[in-house]
Amino acid sequence: MSTHLIVLPVVLPLVAGIFLLLQRQGSVRLKRLIGVTATLALLLVSIALVARAAGGEITYYALGDWQPPFGIVLVLDRLSALMVLLTALLALGAVVFACAGDDERGSNFHGLFQWQLMGINGAFLTGDLFNLFVFFEVLLLASYALLLHGGGKDRIMSGVHYVVLNLAGSSLFLISVGLLYGATGTLNMADMAVRLADLPTEREGLVVAGALMLLVVFGLKAAILPLYFWLPKAYAAAPAPVAALFAIMTKIGIYAILRVYSLIFGDGAGPLADLEQGWVWWLSLGTLVAAATGVLAARDLRLLVAYLVLVSVGTLLAGIGIGTPAAISALLYYLIHTTLITGGLFLLAEMIGVQRGKAGTRLVKGRPLRQGGWLAAMFFVGAIAVAGMPPLSGAIGKALLMAAAEGGQRAWLWPLLLLSGLAAIIALSRAGSTLFWRSTGEADGQRLPYRQWFGVAWLIGAAPLLMALAGPLVEYTDATAEQLAHPGVMTRALLNNEGDAP
Amino acid sequence: MESLYAITTGVLTACGLYLILRSRTFPVVVGLTLLSYAVNLFLFSMGGLTTDGAALVNGVKDYADPLPQALVLTAIVIGFAMTAFVVILAMRARSEAGNDHVDGRKHEAGEGRR
Repeated sequence: MSTHLIVLPVVLPLVAGIFLLLQRQGSVRLKRLIGVTATLALLLVSIALVARAAGGEITYYALGDWQPPFGIVLVLDRLSALMVLLTALLALGAVVFACAGDDERGSNFHGLFQWQLMGINGAFLTGDLFNLFVFFEVLLLASYALLLHGGGKDRIMSGVHYVVLNLAGSSLFLISVGLLYGATGTLNMADMAVRLADLPTEREGLVVAGALMLLVVFGLKAAILPLYFWLPKAYAAAPAPVAALFAIMTKIGIYAILRVYSLIFGDGAGPLADLEQGWVWWLSLGTLVAAATGVLAARDLRLLVAYLVLVSVGTLLAGIGIGTPAAISALLYYLIHTTLITGGLFLLAEMIGVQRGKAGTRLVKGRPLRQGGWLAAMFFVGAIAVAGMPPLSGAIGKALLMAAAEGGQRAWLWPLLLLSGLAAIIALSRAGSTLFWRSTGEADGQRLPYRQWFGVAWLIGAAPLLMALAGPLVEYTDATAEQLAHPGVMTRALLNNEGDAP
Repeated sequence: MESLYAITTGVLTACGLYLILRSRTFPVVVGLTLLSYAVNLFLFSMGGLTTDGAALVNGVKDYADPLPQALVLTAIVIGFAMTAFVVILAMRARSEAGNDHVDGRKHEAGEGRR
């Protein structure tokens, strides 16, 4: 059993999704039970994976027992284990929230949700570049359908942009994978790293073109500066539990950048090492500025949270741009924090919108909230955390990142990061005072179901928890960054039979 | 053969890109299809173009690289599913928005009513 543990985060949602497809309509309770149970099981599996990876050993699972570099492998190291655990935590909050009624607004919600999880987990675990493409497609296809869940003009129109853009991105992904395969003759990431070390110089141009095109693809997923225009509209239009799950989607782009450029184009790649760094650094700062402007300009709570996701993308990329182990560790801590909190805020926005009736999540005068006290308390905690105010987790993440910046980088990062935090504080306090205090008329909204409260509390509750557990967590992320800084360990773990390979 | 192959791929890509940038959903869908054809051809050529190569490796020196063929097969299947999805989505958008503009606008400035 324990040898097959690595493949479970992919197989478990797949099987659950197939069971959930057996009946399109009806048997709501059974479907919810299967959906939540599968997500809970995924959480347990991912905890076991983290426990296994925490020791620092890199283990892999060769599908069909085809040994690397010839077969497809799933690789478990500290980073992938952490990301799978984060996905499971986020998914549990979202799926319980959806059980309050959002899942019945269309068909097949739970099945698609499980397949989305399968794609996400696969993308985090795979050690093969083409396999990464396949899992990207799995998660994208599920996300297209989930984005349209429930229908409506806004969703369809933003869905068209999202789908077309991602299809074009997929074509670009294939071209760059093809280029890299043509130049190196392998698709296994670890093997590619080894082969890049003694690459003939006439092929360097091909590899650089492929690598930078990959950056465009991952940048599209992560929504960095010139490629983010699809995000705010799509996230604001998506159903709440889906938007919450999408909080991890931009982080898949970040993960892919981190994985590909630390492993394949790490220190061993000679002249090709760190070729993304210059681009990522400046684009991250641009993303921060654009996102902070968007945060100030947003006239709708959901749009505001979508721009906060973008702020977090800019912050995370800045960590990659700095590139030292300290910065990577800081960015991983910030990544956990921002994924859970922005996911929670999307759920909270839905609850606020429901209780405000016609005004919805638009930042205009509306009727008072029936359970305003509790909602405001949740919003307050979430806002403090996401804006990066002490004492909650956002402040720790930002402080770690600012401490990791060196020399000239500080002059750029510190003001921009702090000003984006200020923009978030201004926008969130304006939004909060409008939503909770500027109201007229009678409160007549429905009481909110307990499942929704659980979903939000599960995710927002991460803020104080992440603060309390910052010590052990930072130890883990430090170790992860250390592991990423030494890609040689992974290539040795995967390709230990180098001697007798042809 | 190489230059003909390269020109074909390039022309397909250019046509696909041009069509993707159009403002109606139908040309965009056709553009995506063309682009995926171009990508499939491109992937196929990445193992190196060979003629009369052995399909199975059995000690012979001159063989066709099987991996790009497997990749193209996967890419074709995925591309096909995606095209089907985007066609349905475009039709839904057409019926929801009442027109086939990608932004759901009634008609472009400077463009007459059709």
